[in-house]
Amino acid sequence: MSELPGDLLYTNDHEWLRREDDGSVTIGITGHAATSLGDLVYVELPEVGQDVELGGEMAVVESVKAASDVYAPVAGSVAAVNEELADDPEKINADPYGDGWIVRMKIEGLDESELMSPDAYQQLLDELDD
Amino acid sequence: MGSRTPHYDKHVEAGARIVDFGGWDMPLHYGSQKEEHQAVRQNAGVFDVSHMTIVDLCGNRAREFLRFLVANDVAKLKEYGKALYTCMLNEDGGVIDDLIVYYISDTDYRMVVNASTREKDLAWISKHAGAFDVDVVERAELAMIAVQGPRARELAAPCIAAEYRDAAMALRPFFGMDAGDWFIARTGYTGEDGWEIVMPAAAAHGVWDRLLAAGVEPCGLGARDTLRLEAAMNLYGSDMDETISPLEAGLEWTVAWEPADRDFIGRAAIERQRESADRRRFVGLLLEDKGVLRNHQKIVVEGFGEGEITSGGFSPTIGRSIALARVPAGDYDRAQVEVRGKLLNVRIVKTPFVRNGQVRIDV
Repeated sequence: MSELPGDLLYTNDHEWLRREDDGSVTIGITGHAATSLGDLVYVELPEVGQDVELGGEMAVVESVKAASDVYAPVAGSVAAVNEELADDPEKINADPYGDGWIVRMKIEGLDESELMSPDAYQQLLDELDD
Repeated sequence: MGSRTPHYDKHVEAGARIVDFGGWDMPLHYGSQKEEHQAVRQNAGVFDVSHMTIVDLCGNRAREFLRFLVANDVAKLKEYGKALYTCMLNEDGGVIDDLIVYYISDTDYRMVVNASTREKDLAWISKHAGAFDVDVVERAELAMIAVQGPRARELAAPCIAAEYRDAAMALRPFFGMDAGDWFIARTGYTGEDGWEIVMPAAAAHGVWDRLLAAGVEPCGLGARDTLRLEAAMNLYGSDMDETISPLEAGLEWTVAWEPADRDFIGRAAIERQRESADRRRFVGLLLEDKGVLRNHQKIVVEGFGEGEITSGGFSPTIGRSIALARVPAGDYDRAQVEVRGKLLNVRIVKTPFVRNGQVRIDV
């Protein structure tokens, strides 16, 4: 497993968040999640402007094997979606923390206590490997 | 820990993601299922299928026994090595398993049945074999691989003992042959050319290494499933089971109705169904909207009723989602599938979806 980006926050559901300068957050799934799912073949994205509750279904990623829900790790409204995933869902496999981002959300505030640091998430991955 | 084939260490060495499959620790993929799939369509791939169950049948009445045991008719087999695909039915006409029988002689046949159905198959076969004095011998000590793809035979040929190589290369589709203590057959489960090769377990590692060194891609169960789906080959347990007859699983072509006086298990039940007007169709579907069809999704056919996807997935070759499905009787060529509360449009297409590297449907 490659190094986790140090500037992101992580969730138990193997998602990552990046705090952008404008106060929004960008969300994707981690390399571990992408590898577990296998080659992605379809991503169902939310509508821009849609309100999403914390823990609500935000997107669906489908691999050759199975469909998997992506739950919103924060509440907010959808500011942008990665349209390129419609034609090239494998960007998530190739670059999960970069070109494979899924959604950008406008949020009121971020409760970081519910999220994991890179170290904490790495520990979770290490435990999964055991 | 599940059962392990002679190739298990090789899978781990090649970086396989191991999953449980009917009690066996088997490779799902070795990194990218799609790349493995494409390798088989365009070049060559090798699958470990040692978990499958090989059963040798031997006895003076072996031919008579098999004519009673399975729905296809082994009397069609007259040439050495010829293979026959068939279903083994219960009295109600449900499918106990689908299998391949190889004809060695009128007194000797080899069957290859599924791994997940091993115990019930052996029990069923043995139960009926007694009356015919046929010996049923499981060959669990043997390893088996499938080498598949347009270049599979060419790349695998050097693994075969020189004295048998020419004969193996000359095998016609759906024929097999003994090659010393090996058995080589031009069969498979991918819709591509290739061989299935049975060998003593001691040979398994060496052959595996040689194939990989020759550029043959190791392929897991994931690619095996998408390849067989594109080829519209049924999967036992998904497309049919003991509650489904071959007539509702697209397998009527494997039922030998003639001669009419041949009695086989399940015959009376499927003859009744054959005459029934409301017998469900088994069809191929192409998804016209975006998304992915999956097993067990509900199909809605307006004016006809509901059906179900039995095998659904994404076709790497077509770049769209395809499925096999059981749907209501009737004349129609469009339907809708319920995916996460939405109805998506599908078109009924003539299968196979893909064969020998070529897309065979209108996309």
